[in-house]
Amino acid sequence: MNDTARTIARDGFVIEPEDRRAIEHERDHYEQPQAACIEALKIVQRRHGWVPDAAIPAIAEVLGVGPADVEGVATFYSLIFRQPVGRHVILVCDSSSCFLNDYEELRDALSAELGIGFGQTTADGRFTLLPVCCLGACDRGPALMIDDCTYGPVAPGDVADLLEGFS
Amino acid sequence: MSVTRYHSQLRQSAAERRAETHPLTWRLRDDGARIGLDEYVGKDGYAAVREVLNRQSPDDVIATMKEANVRGRGGAGFSAGMKWSLTMKGGSIPRGYLVCNADEMEPGTFKDRLLLEQQPHLLIEGMILGAYANHSRYGYIFLRGEYVEAARAVQQALDEARAAGWLGDDIAGSGFDFDIALHTGAGRYICGEETALISSLEGKRANPRAKPPFPGQSGAWGKPTVVNNVETFCNAPAVMAHGAKWYQDLSGELSNDGGTKLFGVSGKVERTGLWELPIGTPASELLERAGGLRDGRALKTWLPGGGSTGFLLPEHLDSALDFDTIGKLGSRLGTGLLTVVNEDQSVLSLVRNLEQFFARESCGWCTPCRDGLPWTVKILQALERGEGEHGDVELLDKLADDLGPGKTFCAHAPGAAMPLQSALKYFRDEFERGVTHPPRTAHADPIPVGQV
Repeated sequence: MNDTARTIARDGFVIEPEDRRAIEHERDHYEQPQAACIEALKIVQRRHGWVPDAAIPAIAEVLGVGPADVEGVATFYSLIFRQPVGRHVILVCDSSSCFLNDYEELRDALSAELGIGFGQTTADGRFTLLPVCCLGACDRGPALMIDDCTYGPVAPGDVADLLEGFS
Repeated sequence: MSVTRYHSQLRQSAAERRAETHPLTWRLRDDGARIGLDEYVGKDGYAAVREVLNRQSPDDVIATMKEANVRGRGGAGFSAGMKWSLTMKGGSIPRGYLVCNADEMEPGTFKDRLLLEQQPHLLIEGMILGAYANHSRYGYIFLRGEYVEAARAVQQALDEARAAGWLGDDIAGSGFDFDIALHTGAGRYICGEETALISSLEGKRANPRAKPPFPGQSGAWGKPTVVNNVETFCNAPAVMAHGAKWYQDLSGELSNDGGTKLFGVSGKVERTGLWELPIGTPASELLERAGGLRDGRALKTWLPGGGSTGFLLPEHLDSALDFDTIGKLGSRLGTGLLTVVNEDQSVLSLVRNLEQFFARESCGWCTPCRDGLPWTVKILQALERGEGEHGDVELLDKLADDLGPGKTFCAHAPGAAMPLQSALKYFRDEFERGVTHPPRTAHADPIPVGQV
């Protein structure tokens, strides 16, 4: 059980005051509070790395909407993680231009280096590997994103060096 | 480390770009740094806003945009001026919303990223003009979550513009008020569809909505809402500053569509990249600028503007890259960024990759899309393994037809059908080579959906 899971098991999910303020600030940008739902999920995710089930009613309460509305949104969007992810998330572009630039070799090299496939996290909790829609880096494919940064082109032989920079 | 961070880049140097001929990119610097407010204003930035808000009526803006024939650069090619003229406004109608679609996710497309990262003030200026024309109260820039650098650049520009009085109350002393917030997404290609984008903006699942009512009648929170692509808004300042005739003349004899376009090339070519060229520039010129194909390979086929456009052949390369010409060839200009396929690459595999993308990104709202796309992928995978059965290719014909226009709420399924249908037309032998089994022997079991 990781720290987040332990806290939830003991205390229920508590949205940090700072996060609550950030969500309320976002809410004021829109005509109705439901609109801040995606941003609220992202705020919670930034703190915990993912969005545990117990966070859903907590977010719903801040926004004054039903938990089912928040849950529906939380399960729709691919960048909202509903299970724990590694310290770094690798998003590998699998769309057409990268595909034509041998993305499958890059994917296989990543899998071999990390010992995991898409949707999985390394045992040491360092990396999670996911596919992603066209990253808009087609002129430098195959491309991938690690956390907030996009890299490209990434040759299979570059993978070990590239990953080394992430602890 | 040999891997470099990605930065958006234009292939034309500053020396090649002039205000009169490159309205979208002439201010961009060779080092790719963001154009800040001072530099933007120093290069005539916000001049169109000052002029138009103080001296022209909203109807004047719409008339000029219509006459210039600025066609939607997000891929559909609908006249922006026409769209703006259809927005409900005036009298007792509440002021609504102006939304910039910056959810760039079309496979093979990397153009809006450049404008967002390097010249966000041009977008903001275009949006102010759009808001004035449409009587919009508030604007949103709907930016895909993965464009982190663009988010920073846009937020910085919004803050600068607000501090300098270009956003907020009484813009440029005109009495017009308008402000913009940045809204970042959390993935899903479908958010780029106009009505799904509105659902997502409202904090809901990004399911599309039936039209009518059109967003201009009832969009975000039931208010009149205008949605345009980044590049479309970025055309407005120059159109308003220099007029419709000037804009039309940019493309001259090349096309009936006006203006320039951010064109690009990706795939195995010598020099991938982006260029601002007159709309109607032939594809052959673009390919030439890209230095032709790498390793001396021959061109097999190309997609003119993203994954949801139809394949074209080498014989179509001399065609003008504009909405009508490419449309007449049975494809679509789409985003205008070419995806190039060489003679060694399998169209069947590429189509499988595209349909996997569309199957995964379907929002699941409409049956043909939700069920038809995974089914299509299963068949394509079987053909790719050489384990297809007799009737599979004909079944793909039928699926492509069933995914076509008019059978679903939005254009996601028709977009998926277009590369499939055109590949079946031009490269049918590649599909037929995968047929090795008699009917109902290879994959007679029901095909499980949701596992693609």
